[in-house]
Amino acid sequence: MEGLIVGASNYVTILMAAMYTYWNFRCFGVDEERRDRYLKRQNRMMFLIHFLSFSVMFLKTGDERLFPFYGAQAAFLWCFLALYGKCYRSRCKLLANNMCFLLSVGFIILTRLSFDKAIRQFGITVCSAVAAWLIPFVIRRMWQLSRMAWVYAAVGLGLLAAVYVAGDASYGAQLSLKLGEVAVQPSEFVKITFVFFVSAMFYKSTDRRQIIVTSAVAALHVVVLVLSKDLGSGLIFFVTYVFMVFVATSDWIYLVLGFAGGCGASVAAWKLFAHVQARVIAWRDPWADIDNRGYQITQSLFAIGTGSWFGLGLYQGMPGKIPVVEKDFVLAAVSEEMGALFAMCVLFICLGCFIQFMMVACEMEAMFYKLVALGLGVEYIVQVFLTAGGVTKFIPSTGVTLPLISYGGSSVLCTFILFSVVQGLYMLKREEEEDYEAGY
Amino acid sequence: MRPDIKREKRRKREKTPKQKADRSILGLVYLIVALFLGLMGYVGYFLAVSREDVINNSYNARLDNFSKTVERGKILSSDGTVLAVTEEAEDGSEVRRYPFGPLFSHVVGYSARGKTGLEALGNFYLLTSHTNPVSQIGEALTGRKNPGDQVVTTLDVRLQQAASDALGDKKGAVVAMEPASGRVLAMVSKPDFDPNGIADIWDSIVSEEGQARLVNRATQGLYPPGSTFKIITLLEYLREHPEDYDQYQFDCQGKITYGDYTLRCYHGTVHGSQTLKEAFGNSCNGAFASLGLELDKKGMADTAGQLLFNGEQPLSLAYSKSRFSMGEDAPDWEVLQTAIGQGLTQMTPMHCLMVTAAIANGGTLMNPYFIERVENAFGEPVKSFEPTVYGSLMDGEEARILRDMMAWVVTDGTGSALRTEAYTAAGKTGSAEFETGKETHAWFTGFAPVENPRIAVTVVVEEGGSGGQTAAPVARQLFDLYLGQADGE
Repeated sequence: MEGLIVGASNYVTILMAAMYTYWNFRCFGVDEERRDRYLKRQNRMMFLIHFLSFSVMFLKTGDERLFPFYGAQAAFLWCFLALYGKCYRSRCKLLANNMCFLLSVGFIILTRLSFDKAIRQFGITVCSAVAAWLIPFVIRRMWQLSRMAWVYAAVGLGLLAAVYVAGDASYGAQLSLKLGEVAVQPSEFVKITFVFFVSAMFYKSTDRRQIIVTSAVAALHVVVLVLSKDLGSGLIFFVTYVFMVFVATSDWIYLVLGFAGGCGASVAAWKLFAHVQARVIAWRDPWADIDNRGYQITQSLFAIGTGSWFGLGLYQGMPGKIPVVEKDFVLAAVSEEMGALFAMCVLFICLGCFIQFMMVACEMEAMFYKLVALGLGVEYIVQVFLTAGGVTKFIPSTGVTLPLISYGGSSVLCTFILFSVVQGLYMLKREEEEDYEAGY
Repeated sequence: MRPDIKREKRRKREKTPKQKADRSILGLVYLIVALFLGLMGYVGYFLAVSREDVINNSYNARLDNFSKTVERGKILSSDGTVLAVTEEAEDGSEVRRYPFGPLFSHVVGYSARGKTGLEALGNFYLLTSHTNPVSQIGEALTGRKNPGDQVVTTLDVRLQQAASDALGDKKGAVVAMEPASGRVLAMVSKPDFDPNGIADIWDSIVSEEGQARLVNRATQGLYPPGSTFKIITLLEYLREHPEDYDQYQFDCQGKITYGDYTLRCYHGTVHGSQTLKEAFGNSCNGAFASLGLELDKKGMADTAGQLLFNGEQPLSLAYSKSRFSMGEDAPDWEVLQTAIGQGLTQMTPMHCLMVTAAIANGGTLMNPYFIERVENAFGEPVKSFEPTVYGSLMDGEEARILRDMMAWVVTDGTGSALRTEAYTAAGKTGSAEFETGKETHAWFTGFAPVENPRIAVTVVVEEGGSGGQTAAPVARQLFDLYLGQADGE
C-alpha cells in the first residue's frame, strides 16, 4: 500500500507541475484579473507538490527531523510571497512565484540527497532572500548605477584575478575563495557586475571605439576565467556579451563575428587544454572509458534512463551514484526520482523566467536598463541550458549548476540578486505607467 | 499634404533604435526556445528509443532495485523450454532454479552471486514487467511482485545436450552458430558446475586448483590455435598470390629443418609432393612453415587484425581478446611457428567460430547473438532482435576458395570423421602443442552443408590428442543431429 502511495505520488506531482507550467505560459496572454487567478492556483500547486514530496520522504525514511524542516521551508516560502507582495505592490508576481517554485524543488531534492546540506542551503537561502530584499528599492532610486562602468569592471576583474591567484581547486577548476570558514565563488557575483559594466558602457555610446574598449575588457574577463579553468562561466560570459553587443547595436555583423570568434576560441581551447579534451571525449563516447572520464555522465544517463518519464519515486533511485550530484548534476537526480516529465516542467519554468526577463527588457525605454535585463536573462538561461545539456549528454558537460535548485551558497545569493534586479526594473516600469495614468 | 507631415511619416516607418533592439531580443527568444525544444526532443528520443539499451549495463546498479517490485523472468531456449526460472521457496524467499543443472552453466550463467552469461545480458529485460498496467496496479495494491519479462534465447537444447555429451568428462569447449544469421545455437564449456545453489558451492569451486570451472572456455579460454590457424596463413597466401596460388608445390619429408630447429608433421607423417590444397587438407606443417616464411609479415599482421585478433569482438558476453603478436622483426623460427598456429598466437574457440562462420557466409560475419526476443510473462511479444551484420572479414572470392579447400579437408584430408552420404561438410582440424610432454589440444572448426551452410561449429578438447580423431567426431554429432533434425521436420 505504501508502495502504491509513493508510486502514485509521482504521477500526481508531475500532473501538478504540468498544471503549474501551463498556467505560467497562460499568464502571458491574459488580462490582469485572470492572471491573478492563475497565479493563485500556481501557489496552491507549489505548496501541494512540496507537501506531497515531504510526505513521501517521511513515509520512506520515518525521519522525524523532516517535520520541523518541512514547516520551516513552507513558512519561508509563504512569508516570502506574502511579504514581497506587501512591500512591493507592483512586483512581477509570476517571477516571484517561479522563484519559489524552483526553490521548493531545490529544497525537496537537496533534502533527499543530503539532509545536512539541505539545512545549510536553506539557511543561506533565507539570508539571501533578506539581503536581496533591498535591491528593487535601490534599482528604482539610483540612476547613478549607469555611470559606474569602470567600478564594475574593476570589481569584477579584481575578484576573478583573486580567484586565479589564490583560489581553491575543485574538480580541476579554480572556483572558490576561502574567507575564513566560508568558501565563496566570486565568478557568480562577477556575472552581475559584468552585465552592469557592459550595459553602462553601451549606454554611454555604441560607437566603434567604445565597442572595442568594451570587448577588450569583456575578453579579459573570459580569459581569466579560462585560465582558472572555469570554462562553464567563461562560456556564459562570452555568449552573454555577444548577445548584448548584438542588441545594443542591432547589427548582425557582431553576432556573426562573435560566433565565428567563439568557434575559433573553442578549437583553440580544445587544442591547448587537456581538461577541455577530456570533457569532449567523455561526451563523445563515455562508454569507452566508463570507469574514469565517462563515469559521471554515464551514471547520469543511467539515472535519467532508469527513472524514465515518471521517475522512480523519492528515495527509490540511486542518485548518490552520480559524482557531485547535488551541484552540477542535480537535474539528473530530479529526473531519476521525480521523473523526466517533472524535470522538463522545471526547464519550462526556467524558460518562462527567461521569457519574462526578455519582456521586461523590451518594456524598458532606457538602453541601460534594457541591456541589464537582457544580459542577466541571457546569463541565466545559458547556464540552465549548459547544465541541462550537460547531464543529458546533449552537449559536453561544462560543470555549471542549476540556479536556485543546485546546492551552493554563492549561486543562490547571486540568483536572488539577479531576479531582484529584474524585479526592480519591472516595478520601475509599472510605477511609471501608474504615475502616467494617475496624470502626474 | 504638407512636406513636414510627409517627413514625419517617413520617420515613423524607419525603426527607432529601441524598436530594433526589441526585434533583436525577440529573435534571441526564438533562438533560445528552439534550443530548449531541441534539448527536450533529444531527451524524449533518449527515453523513447535508446533508453533500454543504455540502462541495461552492468555499471547501472539501479537495476538491482527492480527486483523489489518485479519477479525475475524466465530464460527460455529457442523452442520455449525453461532454462532458468524463479520460484518461491517454502519460506517465501525467491530461488532461481535451473532445470538442466550444469548443462547451461556458462552461457545462461547465474544470478545469485553476481551475474554472468545471459542472466547478466538479459538482466534488464528479466527485471522489467510488461504485463498490462491494470494488473500491475492490482499487484502493487496487494503487495505482490509483477512477473518479469521472459527472454527467449537462440539456444537449442538438443544441440547443447549433444555437445555436452560428446565432450564427456574432457575439458574444453563446443560452440555452434548459424553462419547466415549469427544465432548462437549451443555453447558448452567444461568443466562445468551446477548453477542451482551456486552461492553454497562457491567456495569449493573457487578453491579448486587447475579447473577454472567458472571460466567460459568458449569465449574466454585462450588456446594456441594449432593447425586451424592455417586457415589464416592460407588466406594471407591467397592475398599475396591471387593468380598463381594453385601453382604451389612442396615436397614433404615429414620434417623440415631450419638452422638448429626441426619441425615435424603430426606424428612424423611423410606427405610427399603437395599442392596448396593438399598441404592444407593434410595439414602439412613443413609446407605451411616454408610458405609462412615467404609471406609479408606486415600483411600477415594486417590480415590477423582484420580477422579480429588483438581487438574487440562483436560479443555481448564476457570474452578474452585473441592474441597475435608476430611483428615485422620476428625471427624466422617464430615465423615458422606462427604460420602453423603454434608460437605465441592464442585464440578463443568463439573467435575461431566467427572466422569459420564468415567463410561459410561468403566472407561476411554476422554479429553473434543469444537473445531472439523478449516476451512478457504471458508470452506476448515485447521486443525482438534481428540479425545484424558485423562486416566483411574477407571478400567473396577468398571465402569461396577457403570453403573449397576446407571441403577438401573433409573429403580427402584430415577431417575424415565428417565424411558422410547425408550431407557435405567443410572444416579444418588442429592439434595444438601447448606444453612439452603433454597431449596436444584437439581442435576442429567447420560448417555444413558446404553449398548452403546452416550450422558452423568449433570444438576444442583440451589434451584431446589429434583434432581429426577427437574433436571432429564431436562436430559430426552436432551436424548429424542439427541437419537430420531439420530434415525430419
